[in-house]
Amino acid sequence: MAEPEGGSPARGRQTLRAYRAVVASRARSQASHRASFRMDLVGALLVGLIEFGEIWVLYSATDQIGGFTLAQIMLVFGLSDLAFSLADLVAGHCDNLPVYVRAGTLDVFFLRPQPVLAQLVTSDLSLRRIGRCLVGATSLTVGLVLNDIDWTAGAVGLLVLALACGFVIFTAQFVTAAGLQFFLVNGAEMTNAFVYGGRYAATQPPSVWPRSLLVVFGVVFPVAFAAFLPVSTLLGAPGVAGLPGWLGWCAPVAALWAVGVAALSWRWGLRHYRGAGG
Amino acid sequence: MRPLTPPARNPYWRLLLAGFRGQSAYPLATLAGLVANATFGVLKGSIMGAAVESSGGELAGYTAGSMAAFVWLGQGLLGSVNLWGGSDLQTRIKSGDVAVDFLRPVSVQASHVLTDVGKGLFGLLPRGLPSVLIGVAIGGMVLPSDPSAYALGLISLLLGIAISHACIYAVGTSGFWLVESRGVAVFYMSFSGLFAGLYTPIYLFPDWLLTLALLTPFPSMMQLPVDVLSGQVTGTGAWQHLGVQALWLAIVLAVGHLTTRAGRRRLEVQGG
Repeated sequence: MAEPEGGSPARGRQTLRAYRAVVASRARSQASHRASFRMDLVGALLVGLIEFGEIWVLYSATDQIGGFTLAQIMLVFGLSDLAFSLADLVAGHCDNLPVYVRAGTLDVFFLRPQPVLAQLVTSDLSLRRIGRCLVGATSLTVGLVLNDIDWTAGAVGLLVLALACGFVIFTAQFVTAAGLQFFLVNGAEMTNAFVYGGRYAATQPPSVWPRSLLVVFGVVFPVAFAAFLPVSTLLGAPGVAGLPGWLGWCAPVAALWAVGVAALSWRWGLRHYRGAGG
Repeated sequence: MRPLTPPARNPYWRLLLAGFRGQSAYPLATLAGLVANATFGVLKGSIMGAAVESSGGELAGYTAGSMAAFVWLGQGLLGSVNLWGGSDLQTRIKSGDVAVDFLRPVSVQASHVLTDVGKGLFGLLPRGLPSVLIGVAIGGMVLPSDPSAYALGLISLLLGIAISHACIYAVGTSGFWLVESRGVAVFYMSFSGLFAGLYTPIYLFPDWLLTLALLTPFPSMMQLPVDVLSGQVTGTGAWQHLGVQALWLAIVLAVGHLTTRAGRRRLEVQGG
């Protein structure tokens, strides 16, 4: 199934306006149930805090792991968690695709004049995930203060580049997973291995990984480029043995690759999909 | 209908079996769970292994081999205990279906808990055993040589699974008062994993956090069974673990029983 592309600039603006209207309505509808919304926000914040707590426990119990200290890993955790939370905010709803496929709701998406993926993404916007972003942002800020960073334009550029690429990589993985869901349906949990496993992997120093993990999370699902490699370039810290220190600058290549994989997976999955009728 | 032998006629036994069998209907879902489980296991195993190595080969009583055992036994248990906080009861209270459960001539608590325990026991076959096999094959996991570790470990494991589902049931009964208990489930999920020892052994915690964790039933669901099963804790220590678990099982069952009785009077189902 071909997706409508924005042709002229006017058409593009119109699509954007429709998208904005849908997103704004979702946001308003959630914020209107105040008590429930507040509880969701606090819940998301709590989950993020506990996740940071695990890292804190582990790196406090020992001086360093894989050449990284607690202060250094805070930078890695903050950067990757912020990027993942932003991606989750935008594309996390792709996880619900199997539910839509089973219930037949997805067929409705094909009838509307918007790309199926755009509809899937906007079908729900979970504002509560903003709570998660706060944890990542705080850890990143504290990490930036604690570490001795040479604040050149290059350093700032590298950080911004890493955050942007991390966001793109994680978003692409949500879409890759959604494409695979057309085949898996009942086996939806399989994609958790690289979507949520990828989030977990991104907070670890790959220097401790066996070769198989380096291939999976350094190349196929390149989450190592989302935070660890840019941070080790930034700090001049030992990265992965045998790999050059400037590798952190290659994050855009990894992001491009992830987007390519996502596009293939989504198109392939969509073509495979047969509605159940009804 | 063919005549049934006495244990098979017992409705609770049949609910347990139904839970066990129900799970076997989704082989792809089970395989998917195993793949995700194994990926997390390899990641967790390598970071924990590196932590042991950087502390000079020994961290909070764990060596490389026993840390691997901790990681892979924990991963294996994930399909059998419920650490995410949601339950069937929670959904049924929200939709009002729970009214039907109260009409049945069996205990609501026993039927919910037993069905979930049955599911949990089934989880040991396609997720528990393969996790241990992967751990031994590629994770460098060391199996205990003492046969009593397996015998006591099995009891501890059963207790852990029962505590987890009895606790989830008790938490689910909060829906009688709240109707939408998703917030409670999120709260539960945040602490259960940390305190159950899903990420790091709780013995790595600073003292105050360890004390806090030991005041909850969560360590009894995973950390204690893993301790006994891996042979990390033996002899008197193992029996102590079993005692603590038995106590928690009694507590969460009693709480669930009381909240069910009180909640039943609160329950108001609309429509018909």
